[in-house]
Amino acid sequence: MNGIHDMGGMTGMGPIEQEPEEPVFHAEWERRVFALSMRIPIGRSFRFELEKIPAANYLCMSYYERWFKVLADAVLRNNLATSTELESGQANPSQLPPAPPQEATDESPKSEEAGVRVSPLFHPQQRVRARNLHARGHIRLPRYTRGKRGTVIRDHGIFDLQDTDENGQQLGKRKQHVYTVRFSARELWGTRAEMRDAVYVDLWEDYLEPV
Amino acid sequence: MARTKDEAVGRRKFLKGAAAAATASIVGAEQVAGARQPLAHDHEHQAAPSDIALRVRALESVLVDKQIVDPTDLDALIDTYENKIGPRNGARVVAHAWVDSDYKARLLADATTAIAELGYEGSEGEHMMVVQNEAKVHNLVVCTLCSCYPWPTLGLPPIWYKSAGYRSQAVIDPRAVLREFDLELADDVEIRVWDSTAEIRYLVLPERPADTADMTEAELAEIVTRDSMIGVARIASPQAGGGA
Repeated sequence: MNGIHDMGGMTGMGPIEQEPEEPVFHAEWERRVFALSMRIPIGRSFRFELEKIPAANYLCMSYYERWFKVLADAVLRNNLATSTELESGQANPSQLPPAPPQEATDESPKSEEAGVRVSPLFHPQQRVRARNLHARGHIRLPRYTRGKRGTVIRDHGIFDLQDTDENGQQLGKRKQHVYTVRFSARELWGTRAEMRDAVYVDLWEDYLEPV
Repeated sequence: MARTKDEAVGRRKFLKGAAAAATASIVGAEQVAGARQPLAHDHEHQAAPSDIALRVRALESVLVDKQIVDPTDLDALIDTYENKIGPRNGARVVAHAWVDSDYKARLLADATTAIAELGYEGSEGEHMMVVQNEAKVHNLVVCTLCSCYPWPTLGLPPIWYKSAGYRSQAVIDPRAVLREFDLELADDVEIRVWDSTAEIRYLVLPERPADTADMTEAELAEIVTRDSMIGVARIASPQAGGGA
């Protein structure tokens, strides 16, 4: 989706504030949200759930506030608890503990271990163009690369495509090669950019077409 | 670390009273939307727990009661990411590469395996790439779509790495971003920005500073900073700082 999360190249997004001696967590609730998020199965793309937070809210929320929003929504959606329980902080005694959850879903194991063989469509040094895709669901093709030409510099092997439709359902051929593509800074940003600078972006095969 | 039953009960009693005021806002992002900006050191200094602290506590309490999560397991997970995994891991990788050219070659060819040799692997480090800084090449790592970061070697990311300002600007104006970190690069230095859009996570191998020939690997690891492994800093010569 063309969401606020896809912010590469935008301006006016606020300062980069460094915090000397920054702690790993800034409050106890952040610790708990982090750990809970690692253990509660979301049941769909965690990333897409984050991206669907309305833009104005997304920008106002801290990192772990967004995580908690996704977590609390998933708990309700998956019937792990009711809104009454979450409001009171007390489990309804009449509700039996549900079956223990399976391990939190790992985002994307590399597929090669499973013995999958998929021939690559592209090879290092090949010129490619990022396709002009504007998906409604989750996609890992940053807007700033779309339609831009680059050069494949590395084939990382086969990974599971993470794209979804707008309802969060898996899309496309699942097993695909992922490539690092080098885009010159001038191709992306015009003459304002330094001639020799470049941005390297990891892209699934579906995002690319030959030039 | 495990909470006793009494503590758990006490926690629930507390919630029962304290949550009343916050009840209306326990679920839903709308209330959260008005919350403060990310640099939130104020959390810890508040007299009363914030709304979100109460809501998180309520959620955990319910899931613990239902035996969906085990608080001891959560405590262990937090301890791992707060105390055991962090940029000291990455610093050891860098220092080892500086003193062992064979290791460095393996690290640049197959970072995941080479990093695992030192015992660092796991979530967000399954597919690693190490990119090397040189006199005329400077690497910078960002995740414009999210906040992807190599957890086993650097730990969890700092707030600035997750900020909209960094995510938006690193790809379009890396030199200006680096100036915010007091790093001014000469015009003839090539900047390579790595946007971690897929499952590969990046670690920068910084240049070894001059006049460190006498230092041991352990001493070298001490001077490697987190920021240098993200690419927003160089490593100062220890002589220049008057240390070591």
